[in-house]
Amino acid sequence: MRTTLFVLIWLALASCGQPKIETAASVADLPAAGGQASVQDDESQQDVVKIAANSAAHTTLVAALKAAEYVDALSNAGPFTVFAPTNAAFDKLPEGTLETLTSPENKDQLRTILEYHVYVGVITESMIQDGMTINMVSLDNATLGKKDGKITINGAEVAGSARGSNGIVYIIDTVLLPPEKK
Amino acid sequence: MNNKKVVVRMLAVIAALAAITVLQMCKPQAPTSVSGTDAAIKAYVPPGKYDEFYNLVSGGFSGQMSVYGLPSGRLFRVIPVFSEDPTTGYGYSEETKAMLNTSHGYVPWDDLHHPAISTTNGEHDGRWVFGNANNTPRVARIDLKTFRTAEIIELPNSGGNHSSPFITENTEYVVAGTRFSVPVGDKTDVPISTFKENFKGYISFISVDPKDGKMNIAFQLKTPGVSFDLSRAGKGPSHGWFFFSCYNTEQAYTLLEVNASQKDKDFIMAVNWKKAEEYMAAGKGEKAKVRYARNRYDETTHTATSEILTDVLQLDPAQLKDIIYFIPCPKSPHGCDTDPTGEYIIGSGKLAALIPVFSFTKIQQAIANKEFEGEFAGIPVIKYEAALHGEVKKPGLGPLHTEFDDKGNAYTSFFVSSEIVKWNVETLEVLDRVPTYYSVGHLCVPGGPTRKPHGQYVIAYNKITKDRYLPTGPELTQSAQIYDITGDKMKLILDFPTIGEPHYAEAIPASMIMPQSVKIFKLEENNHPYVAKGEGQAKIERKGNQVHVSMTAIRSHLTPDNIEGIKLGDEVYFHITNLEQDWDVPHGFAVKGANNAEILIMPGETQTLKWKPLSTGVFPFYCTDFCSALHQEMQGYIRVSPAGSPVPLKYSTGKVDDTATGAGQ
Repeated sequence: MRTTLFVLIWLALASCGQPKIETAASVADLPAAGGQASVQDDESQQDVVKIAANSAAHTTLVAALKAAEYVDALSNAGPFTVFAPTNAAFDKLPEGTLETLTSPENKDQLRTILEYHVYVGVITESMIQDGMTINMVSLDNATLGKKDGKITINGAEVAGSARGSNGIVYIIDTVLLPPEKK
Repeated sequence: MNNKKVVVRMLAVIAALAAITVLQMCKPQAPTSVSGTDAAIKAYVPPGKYDEFYNLVSGGFSGQMSVYGLPSGRLFRVIPVFSEDPTTGYGYSEETKAMLNTSHGYVPWDDLHHPAISTTNGEHDGRWVFGNANNTPRVARIDLKTFRTAEIIELPNSGGNHSSPFITENTEYVVAGTRFSVPVGDKTDVPISTFKENFKGYISFISVDPKDGKMNIAFQLKTPGVSFDLSRAGKGPSHGWFFFSCYNTEQAYTLLEVNASQKDKDFIMAVNWKKAEEYMAAGKGEKAKVRYARNRYDETTHTATSEILTDVLQLDPAQLKDIIYFIPCPKSPHGCDTDPTGEYIIGSGKLAALIPVFSFTKIQQAIANKEFEGEFAGIPVIKYEAALHGEVKKPGLGPLHTEFDDKGNAYTSFFVSSEIVKWNVETLEVLDRVPTYYSVGHLCVPGGPTRKPHGQYVIAYNKITKDRYLPTGPELTQSAQIYDITGDKMKLILDFPTIGEPHYAEAIPASMIMPQSVKIFKLEENNHPYVAKGEGQAKIERKGNQVHVSMTAIRSHLTPDNIEGIKLGDEVYFHITNLEQDWDVPHGFAVKGANNAEILIMPGETQTLKWKPLSTGVFPFYCTDFCSALHQEMQGYIRVSPAGSPVPLKYSTGKVDDTATGAGQ
């Protein structure tokens, strides 16, 4: 009897509080914002965010994408070309820079920097010509280089690339900073 | 009563009281969040009750337009427009084939992106809804009394009719811009690499007869070879102007993914169409030789006719300098929307992370003061800052389209960041954002593109659904999502799957459409050449190898239902007249082995199915639309004999030759 009563009250309690919003279970440790990043799908090719999330060398970038709330955006249809700085690249920034950028009040600044790493459209290696400029999501230009098969962006070396379902990821050893506004 | 039972009852009462107390305690919580119940009530239309709005939704690659109710999301009808429809017989019946005629011959499919409801004084008037064919450039007019396609006009010199149809305040014109610039005139067989030299864009101004809606290409503007994406007419103070988004101002002709995204700014093209009208009146239009089809459906003969037209008048804004101005807009602008006041023009650079808002007043000042930064292909380019009201900063990623409410707010869709952002048009301040599931394209606020929006809902039309519904293999439905926008925060109240790609939609109060909806076609007004206005008029005529059967349908038989004397090699035309004069009693007709489709015949209407038998024998035919308790008895036979057979042509209903069996007696 006591058990029955307890269960009834517990049910009543459980039924109030925050209304439940149904979301699909989230993938790995990506945020369960209910956006496309949380779609459960192990069958399809990985998207550009999952490529970064599954790379031990890109934990800082993924943390920055989360802080800027860009994970869902880059999980969408795209197509994207993402220049993905490694943890070592972020380590090269002056001390304290990353902490400053990832604090909530600097979200817009962080977004601008991340937007300077994303181009909407897929530029494969073969499309790159030395000296080609591309206009990034931040609306700033970046310059691609290609000499003896080595690809660079603003002089930073591309260490490798990975093709994702919604774009291409180029791994770079330097964080790209948008040019100063005139 | 034993003690145990008393205890159980007491405990039950205590538990119930506790439950009620707890429920009451938590009731006022979370005022900003949507509970499932709140949302359900907002979108719920009880059985037997009507929706508040008609939602006219394009079918995208289905080529059709669908009619939903808002806020319930219930689908009422799919109107065949640019694609043949074997269900209704559209494009298959002899009467409707001409609707899909073009200068390229019969085209059975197209891609319908944008509905546009006709307006008077900048407000919806409920007369017609227009739609565009993207692939083989055409504009259709659908009559909102019958919900049928009444007219389709082809657009010469257009490479792909995406920037279409957009209408002026009083539906003076329906305007259509080309997505693909193409070589035109005498010089069409040119190398693709001569794009800059030989490719041109054209904007067609289609006049609409205010009495009956009949369309006619009044004139075309010859423009530089760029891609026109979307457009809106000015309204109020900006009436007389049109604003188009242009991309590929790089004039690339290959790998546009990279080559059309080089510049940080493309253009909004401002068109002074009143000025163009003045030049037309002054005889400045030049006649160009073209070929295009115009198809009209007549509701008394129940038959479409197609004509091929051979000339069009054109104006050249590079010569007539004050028709067109370019305004720079970041990058690859997609949506180009004017707010309800007509003062603000919102450009949405689909690859950008900001939204520029232009001011009509400032554009006029910039033109008067010649604040130009140069020319593009002979057209003046206004300085960006001179035309700019301001920018919405960091609204999201990939702004596409903007609709408006009646409180000075704008709602912009973001494809890449998959959200709707609400912002104030005057202050440019972002007020709210909600996610969509997923990758939203267009938005719809009822009356949103007009001077009188009904700011109750914004509906998102999504391109991708992934895990939102029960999966159906690799091919999934697309979706619409309704948000309540009456409060400060947008609240998702319902999502529902759609037909085809729900590309764009408009919504109009039901009260403007419902009273005018046609219930039947009057039999006495039926002027079809093969009509049989009663069973006594049912007949069969042979004209060589063509056999014309004027058949009637009424609950629950077809007249005639026994036909003999058809010979192999004959073409049989079943002209079926539905004799019913009763709401919602269509009949259908199908015959075994028909290589086309069925036909549906509305009350009072005549429709024709052509049938060419390929073998001898007796073939059944029947009514396909469940019409009565004896629907299953509504059937007949047609006998096909060898070519040259002496079997005479005869037909009957209810006539029994073999009295010995008693069949039919």
